[in-house]
Amino acid sequence: MTTKEFKLFNDMMKKSADAVPFVQILDENAKLVNKGLKSSLTDDELVALMKNLVWGRTVNERLILAGRQGRIGNLPPSEGQEASQLATLFAMKKTDFLFPTYRDVIPLISHGMPMKNAVLWYRGHVAANILPEGVHGLPAQVIIGSQYVQAAGLGMAYKRDGKDQVAMTYIGDGGSSQGDFYEGINFAGVFESQTVFIVQNNQYGISVPRDMQSKAPTLAQKAAAAGIPGIQVDGMDPLALYEVTKLAREYTMAGNGPVLIETLTYRFGPHTLSDDPTRYRTQEELDEWLEKDFMIRMRKHLGEKGIWNEEMEQEVINQTTEEMNEALDAADNEPKQKVSQLLRNVFEVPTPRIAKEIKMYELKEEN
Amino acid sequence: MAIKNMVQAINEALTQEMERDERILVFGEDVGTNGGVFRVTDGMSDKLGIDRVFDTPLAESGIMGMAMGLALGGYRPVPEIQFSGFTMEAIDGLLGQLARHRYRMGGTEGVPVTVRSTFGGGVGTPELHSDNLEGLFSQSPGIRIVIPSGPYDAKGLLTASIRNNDPVYFLEHLKLYRSIKEEVPEESYEIPLDKAHVVQEGTDITIVTYGAMVHESKKAIESLEKDGISIELIDLRTVAPFDIDTILASVKKTGRVVVVQEAQRLTGVGNQIMAEIAEGAMYELEASIGRVAAPDSHFPFGQAESVWLPNAKTIEEQVRNTMAE
Ligand SMILES: Cc1ncc(C[n+]2csc(CCOP(=O)(O)OP(=O)(O)O)c2C)c(N)n1
Repeated sequence: MTTKEFKLFNDMMKKSADAVPFVQILDENAKLVNKGLKSSLTDDELVALMKNLVWGRTVNERLILAGRQGRIGNLPPSEGQEASQLATLFAMKKTDFLFPTYRDVIPLISHGMPMKNAVLWYRGHVAANILPEGVHGLPAQVIIGSQYVQAAGLGMAYKRDGKDQVAMTYIGDGGSSQGDFYEGINFAGVFESQTVFIVQNNQYGISVPRDMQSKAPTLAQKAAAAGIPGIQVDGMDPLALYEVTKLAREYTMAGNGPVLIETLTYRFGPHTLSDDPTRYRTQEELDEWLEKDFMIRMRKHLGEKGIWNEEMEQEVINQTTEEMNEALDAADNEPKQKVSQLLRNVFEVPTPRIAKEIKMYELKEEN
Repeated sequence: MAIKNMVQAINEALTQEMERDERILVFGEDVGTNGGVFRVTDGMSDKLGIDRVFDTPLAESGIMGMAMGLALGGYRPVPEIQFSGFTMEAIDGLLGQLARHRYRMGGTEGVPVTVRSTFGGGVGTPELHSDNLEGLFSQSPGIRIVIPSGPYDAKGLLTASIRNNDPVYFLEHLKLYRSIKEEVPEESYEIPLDKAHVVQEGTDITIVTYGAMVHESKKAIESLEKDGISIELIDLRTVAPFDIDTILASVKKTGRVVVVQEAQRLTGVGNQIMAEIAEGAMYELEASIGRVAAPDSHFPFGQAESVWLPNAKTIEEQVRNTMAE
């Protein structure tokens, strides 16, 4: 190859990696970025969104405390990611269906799952998964990737039935390496499913950093392979998260097929309470992200508008703490789950073998 | 009543069910325009619309996940996995997700998905097309594995599977597709799941089997009966969870039993059946439990199939051994 040919080829190769749009509306200094998308939130909506975010942060803090006190089982906290979770959800309708991961129990509560169920979920009680009528979602998914193919299927059902409903699902940066991730976005693309796929890029899959997951410069560009749009958002910017998700919802409802959104965020805490993040990341890195915390810029932005103050924030914290305490107590009072009942749940009608096992365990449980 | 083969019987069951319930969807690789690589869904997309009998991208996990999502949206999907070995690509979807959905939802909702696939030796397919995976998957709670042994059963069992509100893995033996012809009623009918079929009654010994081995057993029985041996033949129909009560009742009557499967000794459901018999009828047995199975290699390359697969002769030998004990 001549030098000239080599350069030509190199240029061609560089072009093959698609650039994706990046959206930010409220920057690190709480200044509105005046190009591209603008916020459409009214002051009332801004306050409602802020209340959600403070609620989410408080739930995280309270859950961590409950975890440390041994009142719940192991917990994957999501401090730092609440905007990525709750500002995206804020753009969805109550009738939209949510497929969460194990780290998305907080948005699932926001979507209608009672707090008591959340506590029971962390404790490993089946009652957690029985969602009240009208809550559109599945319990948190532990297998990484399954929810993406399922969301493609449900989004297709909505499309077939002409429903004003969207399937919405989260995955992590690690999860975007999983085969189901691609199968999900690809199927959704082919069948023009009404699905919004969100990759919460919190920079780590347990200890493995984002750049060890993929050589792709963005995760959003993976959408290009499925022929669907991909877009990257500042995951610490609730205004951008809301705006992009809202438009993605409208886009898919207009019959254009699914959208993939990558949110650039960070998990401040450990992967789970039994994880030690100092083994794989530095204090400097954490500090940098703590400065980017959406809470700082939202307090400033809403404060400057005169629609938010410390008292309002404290009130949400107090209410949430109370809500959490009540949920913990209510979960304490939940009857113990019975093996005989679990056996009843395997099939609609127990098989003869299971019917015998039910009798056996009922006898055991009487004693 | 018309004489039909299994392909026609399955096509008829699918078509009639889809005509009855518009929420049923059939999809998979090549099932739409092409009518399936074995023509099982032939003509269905013309009759029912290409939006109800349609092709998917080539991705088994995607197919399984889509089925689950559609079921969550109130549909009754009947996806096809072209060949059983490819189900490996979708085990999470099948066993991790579909099979445990009702359980994880506290019994409040099930996912009515019937996954159809082909399997079975004797037709010389390439690797990983014919593998008997029923034993592997039978170890998962929450899913039924149904294997018809002929056209009549295929239609009735598939109809019952589709109407059932729990997931079913419906396995169609490749060798039976066109080799067995039977009278099959035009109208739709159900054969109950979870019930074994006593194909013929006998008093000396019981053969418990399923799928293609039902026919090999029948051949063996023909020659055994010439020597005055009276054989009770049980076709499991629902292979998992299997109908232990029918098996035990028969074994208690005959006192002798041979369990026959095409799958390797390691897999198949024979192990489980033998354990149940040992547990439930030990003292009524007059001989040890006999077993016919393939050896514990991976499924054989085509040229070795005829030796590897159990057949009427192996069955006959084992029955004679068990009778002699
Ligand atoms: C199929 C599967 N493989 C592995 C795991 C174990 N595991 C749990 S969380 C995790 C990391 C996931 O990282 P990411 O997708 O980035 O999500 P995050 O935890 O950061 O929210 C791993 C490897 C799992 N739950 N499921």
